[in-house]
Amino acid sequence: MAATHVDDPRIVEFDVRTDEMLINMGPQHPSTHGVLRLVLRTDGEIVSEVEPHIGYLHRCAEKIGENLTPRQWIPYTDRMDYLAAMNMNLGWSLTVEKLLKYKLPEKARHLRVIIAEMGRIASHLVGMGAYGLDLGTFSPFLYAFREREKILDLFEEACGARLTYSYITPGGATSDLPNGWLQTCDAFLEQLLPIIQEYHALLTTNAIFVKRTAAIGVMPAEQAIDFGCTGPVLRGSGVDYDLRRDGEERYTEMYDGYAFEVIVEKDGHYPRDHEYPAVPREAVLGDCWHRFYVRMLEVIQAIDLTRQAIEKYSTASGDWGQPIKLTQKLPKGEVYLETESPRGQMGFYLVSHGDSIPYRVRARSSCFCNLSVTAELCRNCLIADIPAIVGSLDIVMGEIDR
Amino acid sequence: MTGQDFLATLKKQFGDKIAGANFEAIDPWVEITPDGIVEVCCFLRDDPNFRFNMLNCISGVDFFEPDAKKAAKKDWAPHTEVVYHLSSTIKKHTLVLKVILPRWKDDSPGTLPEVPSVAGVWSTADWHEREVFDLSGVLFTGHPDMRRILCPEDWQGHPLRKDYEFPQEYHGIRGR
Repeated sequence: MAATHVDDPRIVEFDVRTDEMLINMGPQHPSTHGVLRLVLRTDGEIVSEVEPHIGYLHRCAEKIGENLTPRQWIPYTDRMDYLAAMNMNLGWSLTVEKLLKYKLPEKARHLRVIIAEMGRIASHLVGMGAYGLDLGTFSPFLYAFREREKILDLFEEACGARLTYSYITPGGATSDLPNGWLQTCDAFLEQLLPIIQEYHALLTTNAIFVKRTAAIGVMPAEQAIDFGCTGPVLRGSGVDYDLRRDGEERYTEMYDGYAFEVIVEKDGHYPRDHEYPAVPREAVLGDCWHRFYVRMLEVIQAIDLTRQAIEKYSTASGDWGQPIKLTQKLPKGEVYLETESPRGQMGFYLVSHGDSIPYRVRARSSCFCNLSVTAELCRNCLIADIPAIVGSLDIVMGEIDR
Repeated sequence: MTGQDFLATLKKQFGDKIAGANFEAIDPWVEITPDGIVEVCCFLRDDPNFRFNMLNCISGVDFFEPDAKKAAKKDWAPHTEVVYHLSSTIKKHTLVLKVILPRWKDDSPGTLPEVPSVAGVWSTADWHEREVFDLSGVLFTGHPDMRRILCPEDWQGHPLRKDYEFPQEYHGIRGR
């Protein structure tokens, strides 16, 4: 019998009304990637509104930068995006070099590519592992940390630190790579490449993973650009924009002579440089799955770039780049430079009045903009989708709060 | 398009709302008057020649020297700048816009200077303007939600202003 009447007992049974409820998620929730607090307005399982509250890690690094010389500020950039500290050092160093009109030696350029791309691999590995954690699977995290550990070992060998490196400085790097480093690095890359298939099996193509991420948190390209989203979040929405190719000359000249293709879906497929699993039918361009997938492909891209860099570095002549003086006088002027850090475009703005200490320092954080879109993405989704959406943005609170 | 051509196009369109420009700087910039900023931004975003569809960053810079002796030697008068960094994902070019404001509105200390919000032009501006308000003390009129973003809501003062004094204590926590 067709149930058409409201008095039908089977319908009344499901007529449950709930009140709107405000739920606090964080600031210590494990899947909010640090101290992010989300206030959810929920109606049962449906979230009607999300409001992110940030600032729990605010140290006003910009104010500190007004009291230190550029080289002294390097350790503070480490502590912004602490999962990709090398790339933060690089962004700030290039900004200072732009102001100084400093010409970097050839060898230092390739050294920086090696370090920056290794940093990208390490960062994306954590991003991948932590995303697994967000969705309730623990093992990818352990696998990711097993590989990341080896990168940290390599970094430790190069500069002595494992998390906050302060290795790349204005003028070059604090020291050259030690003997035998390149061979160890090469061996690591050799070993990492086949392992990526494991990650694809664990997450990318996993049926549950696809169910949790495909067609969830869909962000159209226009919205991504409007909110200033950058990095894998922007490319996951199908925007062909990567600063390593499209950025300012000061930054792109670092990648002169390198062959790489921007990881973005074009005409329904990704660059076919390497074998990769097919895009599942459920996935929609701009959803959580695509954002994650762009990161996975960028790991392969970074391996390729590192290999090219190792080859170029070992044949390059000259110096690895001496750091500038600790109290180097800065010329008058102001510069702004953005670099492609693993999480997006990291920009630094420096205003100098001719002293050795900058007058004003500003850090444009990529995660800050990427996070600002959460309120839009999480409208009318399920509570269980919130960690999936926030995790897919791959945020680091140290960088948002600065 | 060279800098001068670009400036001429803007000047033709907006007249004296374009207050000045500097194309010798490392990053060339154009100065806009506060009342023209929204119009100019809309134009730059939508014009097929420019297509600045992405707002990268808004920064507030406070120009002030508390020491009167040192201030006399400076080649600038105290003021506050709001700097907009734009870029285009289509044309792959960048631009810097500046709005120069007095440090205090109507020169009455304690009243924050005002500039119209561009949150309606680019959504990025929403959080960035809140940050500039929070740290540099510039009010963005017409902003949908002008609150502090990084500092607590009951925080006093704007830390990136050069005359900011760090509080002695905050809710029983010693400041220094």
